[in-house]
Amino acid sequence: MQWDSASEFFAMGGYGVYVWTSYVVTALCMVWEVMALWRRRAAARAEHRAMLIGDTDETAA
Amino acid sequence: MSTGINWAKYSSPQALYPLAGRLIPWFACVAVALMGVGLYMGFFVAPTDFQQGEAYRIIFVHVPAAWMSMFLYVVMAVWAGIGLGLNARPSFMMAQAIAPTGAMFTFLALLTGAMWGKPTWGAWWVWDARLTSELILLFQYAGVMLLRTSIDDVRRADRSSAVFALVGVVNVPIIYFSVQWWNTLHQGASVSMSTGSKMAATMLAAMLLMTLAFWMYSIAVILSRVRCIMVERESLPVWEEKPAAIQKIAEAR
Repeated sequence: MQWDSASEFFAMGGYGVYVWTSYVVTALCMVWEVMALWRRRAAARAEHRAMLIGDTDETAA
Repeated sequence: MSTGINWAKYSSPQALYPLAGRLIPWFACVAVALMGVGLYMGFFVAPTDFQQGEAYRIIFVHVPAAWMSMFLYVVMAVWAGIGLGLNARPSFMMAQAIAPTGAMFTFLALLTGAMWGKPTWGAWWVWDARLTSELILLFQYAGVMLLRTSIDDVRRADRSSAVFALVGVVNVPIIYFSVQWWNTLHQGASVSMSTGSKMAATMLAAMLLMTLAFWMYSIAVILSRVRCIMVERESLPVWEEKPAAIQKIAEAR
């Protein structure tokens, strides 16, 4: 372990901005991708269920 | 098939959909666990680099992202090729599902590279062979996805983007060997199949753990996306619905 304190850890020897930007943006991208897939799945399933239930609203065809 | 295994059984969307659904949680859990161990190793066990100080710790996200960007492109091209050869819809769907994740890792490789370049080279970006060819890879992913959305007919979109993906695969070895073929600012490979590793064992372990974690993450996300694509493209029954639920839907009519 090379860190004596939390502030030293976050400072990353003066490179904190570069190191943490890299990790935070990577984490945000992954979280965003998972959430986008979650929404896409919900939308696809909802549309599918609507198609199963209703001949009533097939006016679009 | 002479192998005795009925591959066709597993290559249909109806069989792939529930199988993918069962596998996703496992890959996701392993990804999270590996990321936890990998980050711990990378930040608390791996020593400070004697040349680059703490800035080198970007490696634990930069190298795995860059590897995934190239690896996923090859896998996408292979699925595209199988799709073209066998005219198999699930293969095209896999290729379609891989592209966004591959593009994301390419973007992350470029961004974390810039974050590393600024403190070590003094520049966010240089037009050297490694960086330029990786940027071209990002455009290739974008091209594959844009080509698909620009063609209305799904079968034509499948084939066109598959051909585009296959042709572009030549760029992957160019990226990989660029640091040997040209005199680049980008450092050479720290890990090589012929000479082994030039890194401290704990650094290497953290990097490999993060790579494995990104791999597992990619599989989980891609399987999840291919399930969405199957529901969107094949107006087939909702395979994961229990018979009782379908009964309920029928009664609700």
